Amino acid sequence: MQSDYIIEMLNIRKEFPGIVANDDITLQLRRGEIHALLGENGAGKSTLMSVLFGLYQPEAGVIKKNGEVVKINSPNDATALHIGMVHQHFKLVEVFSVLDNIILGAEDTKLGFLQKKEARKKVAALSEKYKLNVDLDAKVEDISVGMQQRTEILKMLYRDNEILIFDEPTAVLTPQEIDELMEIMRGFAQEGKSILFITHKLNEIMAVSDRVTVLRKGKCIGTVNTKDTNIQELSNMMVGRPVQLQVHKAPAVPGDVILNVEHMTVPSKLHKNNAVKDISFQVRAGEIVCIAGIDGNGQSEMIYGLTGLEKTSSGVIHLCGQDISKASIRRRSLAGSSHIPEDRHKYGLVLDDTLENNLVLQTYRQPRFQHMGFVKRDAIRNYANKIIQQYDVRSGQGPVTVARSMSGGNQQKAIIGREIDRENPLIIAVQPTRGLDVGAIEYIHAQLVAQRDAGKAVLLVSLELDEVMNLADRILVMYEGEIVGELDPKTTTVQELGLYMAGAKRDSKEA
Amino acid sequence: MTFLLQQTLIYAIPLLIVALAGIFAERSGVINLALEGIMIMGAFIGVFTVYLFQEAGIFDQDSGQLLMLIALGTSAFFGALFSLLLAFAAINLRADQTIGGTALNLMAPALVLFLINLITSQNTMNMYTGDAASWFMIKKTDLGFARTQDLGVLGETFLHKFYLTTYICIILYVVLSIILYKTRFGLRLRACGENPQAADSLGINVYKMRYAGVTISGALAGIGGFTFALTTANCASTGEVAGFGFLALAVMIFGNWKPLNTALAAFLFGFCKCIAAGYSTIDINGDGVYLLKEIGIDPNIYRMLPFIITLVVLAFTSKKSRAPKAEGVPYDKGTR
Repeated sequence: MQSDYIIEMLNIRKEFPGIVANDDITLQLRRGEIHALLGENGAGKSTLMSVLFGLYQPEAGVIKKNGEVVKINSPNDATALHIGMVHQHFKLVEVFSVLDNIILGAEDTKLGFLQKKEARKKVAALSEKYKLNVDLDAKVEDISVGMQQRTEILKMLYRDNEILIFDEPTAVLTPQEIDELMEIMRGFAQEGKSILFITHKLNEIMAVSDRVTVLRKGKCIGTVNTKDTNIQELSNMMVGRPVQLQVHKAPAVPGDVILNVEHMTVPSKLHKNNAVKDISFQVRAGEIVCIAGIDGNGQSEMIYGLTGLEKTSSGVIHLCGQDISKASIRRRSLAGSSHIPEDRHKYGLVLDDTLENNLVLQTYRQPRFQHMGFVKRDAIRNYANKIIQQYDVRSGQGPVTVARSMSGGNQQKAIIGREIDRENPLIIAVQPTRGLDVGAIEYIHAQLVAQRDAGKAVLLVSLELDEVMNLADRILVMYEGEIVGELDPKTTTVQELGLYMAGAKRDSKEA
Repeated sequence: MTFLLQQTLIYAIPLLIVALAGIFAERSGVINLALEGIMIMGAFIGVFTVYLFQEAGIFDQDSGQLLMLIALGTSAFFGALFSLLLAFAAINLRADQTIGGTALNLMAPALVLFLINLITSQNTMNMYTGDAASWFMIKKTDLGFARTQDLGVLGETFLHKFYLTTYICIILYVVLSIILYKTRFGLRLRACGENPQAADSLGINVYKMRYAGVTISGALAGIGGFTFALTTANCASTGEVAGFGFLALAVMIFGNWKPLNTALAAFLFGFCKCIAAGYSTIDINGDGVYLLKEIGIDPNIYRMLPFIITLVVLAFTSKKSRAPKAEGVPYDKGTR
């Protein structure tokens, strides 16, 4: 008897020490459908897929393929069942060629020696058929992220997989590449392949999927047909309460120039070229300037140059009229810049120290926290309590909680509280919502807008297009270390922004 | 000239094979800092094997090559066995590989010296009888050439007064390099050193591949140790190998973890070592003038040469060198 479902995961339960990652989750995948799996970070999507892929063993529940119970103990078993996965972080060997990466683990051999001829033919045929353009002999480290993803897809096709799992595949792509990917996914579905599409982006689900299963905090909230639902309903299911999807903000009232960057160049640590090439821009009081761009186009290095984490090789930076081009990190901080760093674990917090100590990392020198070099513990404790209350930082033991033990959202709230409370005229926020759930994102967006309205200059670096379009008063697009365009979010479209981000379009004169 | 080439070979061959040992371990993802220690073990085990068989009187000078092969095999086996300590610490216990390797380096000379003292009541273990040259060295007369026949520079270098280990090591080097690049095993091994998560997701057993890498590394370092003892120390073990294990690491880094580059590096270093050791007796063009000695440079300069070259070369090349990405990082299935 042929079952309606190609894969069924019934009543799956997976526990980790202290938490139940998957609690009685049922997911049924029909043959030839695109099935989206929606949930916030930590909702259990990745765990569930790892169970299906054989990386974890569930405590309870069964997996059926074509109606028959199967046991998946390792990725090998999954491959044997023709289940393939494009992982969120690509599993590619950078120094190998594309072809070597595709055949790795499924090599043809003769007496142990690799036989690549047949493999090459097969891969070439596949890439032709599905329009997956790759250069088989290029090294993975030299090709674009989009091509790396196509390599991953070819890996699955080479193994004749019929169940394809895509784990957050669009996070690293430009809008145009996303459209292409969706087209490819539709093609697979028409061929009769079944697709599981993991994401937290609602418009992608609406665009491409047939059905959606929503997870929240390890529980299955329900499965709905995409055509019977809408974005608002899905997001309510995902978060568990009505969510404000749009950020409401009044028009900006830009004031004085706070940050003035002229011809800044920052060398790269990875290669010989400069990571940031001769860029100039200004940020004024009372506006949010957003740096958009695909990851790795010099945004991080630009921020390092501004905050002093790395030395600039040329250019002048003025903060509130003061030249800080050569100033130390502390001097820049004192001169009036707050920094919400990209990597909160590396640059934001001393993870193994207490929350209260983390909150005074820059200010412990002030007389209110020390006397003759001795810290005033009481003053710090009171201050920490104030910040915790004001910014709703939740933690196990209040001020004496070890930072490492806090959730990502609360760590970020602590950093934001610390940086905003210093009342500096400039706030630099780099991907402030990365890896956070919708509730925390909402809160952080509101805080940034509030700071702007209070007359602060906000420089925001973001990879999320929605965030860029929602928050920015002005958008600067970075491509290969240069600012290639200045856009007004009110008049531009995501498509146009995408063209700039991909380097296909640029303003003739730099902003 | 012949002398120069032969001396260079004598120093280059152990470096070559031990650097390859390093390549196999590191490309599977495990830093093998214990090369020096494994060499010391290999040298001791090989010499001890020779000693035991000679004591038992099983072999005579005519069957010396067979004895040498047995000793070489034994040192490879014990080298591999010894390296399993590192593999266990690094792979199963996820210990810091640098510290694990250093521990073996501290342990090997102490243990070897202790054993030598126990067995011989002195600080050196020599052959039970005879010397390396008469037992193991192959001369042109052994190959059927007349004593007076001149084989030319190359012939005199490669067919006269050589040790079989030289050719064994070169053949091993070539074969293993091909395996590393042209076989399924090699492809998977290299994948484990670059991105073990990727290898794992494709059903490759990372632990197994790393064990294979370290074990091969240990066997090669053991062979290198005995080769060193045989060709440079008159088949004696003293609980040290003159830093060749560390020098081999430098050779490997200079060679950028690639067999061909590493081979060139090994010969360069071998050449420097040769000059350092024999500057006063090197007669380059055969006119009876010991140029290097008479040129008036302080002998200490020559002796420093290999180490200065190491420093300079690494200072200039290490920036461009690219180590296997995942080397030194214990693999844990849980973290993905």
